[in-house]
Amino acid sequence: MAELVSHPDEVRVVSSRFGLGATNIDRFLQLDGYQAVKKALTMQPEVIINEVKTSGLRGRGGAGFNAGLKWSFVPKQSAKPKYILCNGDESEPGTCKDRLIFEQDPHSVIEGVIIAGLAVGAHAGYIYLRGEYRYLSEIMQRAIADAYQRGFLGKNIFGSGFDFDVHWHGGAGAYEVGEESALMESLEGKRGVPRIRPPFPAVVGLWGGPTVINNAETLASIPPIILKGAEWYASLGTPKNGGTRLFCLSGHIMKPGVYELPMGYNLAKMIYQVGGGIPNGRKLKAVVPGGSSCPLLTAEEIDVPMDFDALMKVGSMLGSGGVVIVDDSTCMVKFALRIMKFYQHESCGWCIPCREGTDWLKKTLTRFHRGGGLRKDIDNIQYLSENMLGRTFCPLGDAAALPTISIVKKFRQEFEDHLDGRPCPFEKSPAVEELPVLA
Amino acid sequence: MRFSDQFEQRFSAMLTHYPTKRSVLVPTLLFAQDETGFLSDEVIAEIASRLELTELDVRNVISYYSMLTTKPRGKFNVQVCTNIACVLRGGEELLKRCAQKLGIGHKGTTPDGLFSLEEVECIGACCWAPAVQVNYDFHENLTPEKMDQVLEEYRRQGRR
Repeated sequence: MAELVSHPDEVRVVSSRFGLGATNIDRFLQLDGYQAVKKALTMQPEVIINEVKTSGLRGRGGAGFNAGLKWSFVPKQSAKPKYILCNGDESEPGTCKDRLIFEQDPHSVIEGVIIAGLAVGAHAGYIYLRGEYRYLSEIMQRAIADAYQRGFLGKNIFGSGFDFDVHWHGGAGAYEVGEESALMESLEGKRGVPRIRPPFPAVVGLWGGPTVINNAETLASIPPIILKGAEWYASLGTPKNGGTRLFCLSGHIMKPGVYELPMGYNLAKMIYQVGGGIPNGRKLKAVVPGGSSCPLLTAEEIDVPMDFDALMKVGSMLGSGGVVIVDDSTCMVKFALRIMKFYQHESCGWCIPCREGTDWLKKTLTRFHRGGGLRKDIDNIQYLSENMLGRTFCPLGDAAALPTISIVKKFRQEFEDHLDGRPCPFEKSPAVEELPVLA
Repeated sequence: MRFSDQFEQRFSAMLTHYPTKRSVLVPTLLFAQDETGFLSDEVIAEIASRLELTELDVRNVISYYSMLTTKPRGKFNVQVCTNIACVLRGGEELLKRCAQKLGIGHKGTTPDGLFSLEEVECIGACCWAPAVQVNYDFHENLTPEKMDQVLEEYRRQGRR
């Protein structure tokens, strides 16, 4: 069980049942469980979709697309069955929020899946959990079985005449599968290689049927919206950024943890008040605002409201809510290398700019960090990264390029400090990895 | 080829959850590996025939997923995360400590077959970094000293 934290500024919507034993279905029912599904069963599908649209709920996986709008793309009539797919393949470095939702409140996700099904006219939903989260799959399977046993799932749910099935599905270790089309490939029993779009999943998805794919946190946000109304939810956040979100504070921070804060919460406040500041008397150097694929912010750029649009304005992204704090003892060349090593490992290899780009960047950064870098490499790193942008079928190429470009631009001096065979100024010993030094 | 009753129950239940047989492949491979330690030729042939796939189809999928392996691993697979959140809080030191204590490197296995070591990518424990997964169990907020105790506990379990 992961440790829970709290702060007075928190607004608990998705995390309202955390720590209250809500994995138990009776306890969940005491805490307003399945009330939202009952209410949704009395609502017209268009009304549900409109509620979600006006609530301003945007995709919590990282893309930040309006959830209601996404649902509205599903055609009303379809020859093939429609599906709801919950993306719980959480693997963006810095992000560990969905894990808490599944661990503390699995039924809230099931509820969200059912309501999404009612909205688009689907009769089956899948909850995909990453393979490493084995203990959560046990919790989820139990929750699904309990819901079936009570008649909340299966034929004629809540005596409404509506049939809805929910199944659990597990991965086996692959970051790329968190991308929506790769997720569907994986669920169909294949390698997690993305699909070419269009057609988009809302039209042609799982087994060719229209499919709604939402992040676990997005789906867990649906029941409160249905119960308390779109206006209430929208009013918690900033314009066009409704509600709250789970922010995962990690790295060089006094009180790391998952905090639920209103959209638009100030980043500086998040670091210094909620997170308690930087430990060991160190100074802030950089912040990864929303998982490793987002451009980094410098210490001077943190006076910013944490919502999708504000982060876009300062040249970054809100991403998946993984806020990684980096202090001034950290070598940014090494940090860039660690990020690139990850993307090189996770690239599925389909698109050449991503497969070759991440590999060359990893090699160049490795050599650079151990003192074998050339001045022209600095521009080359940026050039290579920029050439990956927008040239791949899925966002993994961009995800590798964006943080790298931001590090080269904002911390160029640190690259220069590694030139001429000088050892890394932040380390006593050179980097572990060995690669030949090229002339 | 025999799997446990629990495997068989889960397998036949899962087959009813999807419109195609093939859809059960990824979780089934992981469940099979949990029982057999690794995906041997025999296991691959068995699963391929059950799902009406070629062995090549199955191998093609196995090679994609980092948790699936066709080579034997130690009884306890120690997976040390060194991704960004963990590296800032001592993930690399943990990896080094494990390598010293176990006398093996990345993807190595101890001669007694008790431990394997792996440097892994983000395991979703960023707020409780640095973190390690031993098989499926999370160990979080670790220090090199706490890591020693974790390894010692598994060594004790392994002797039993």
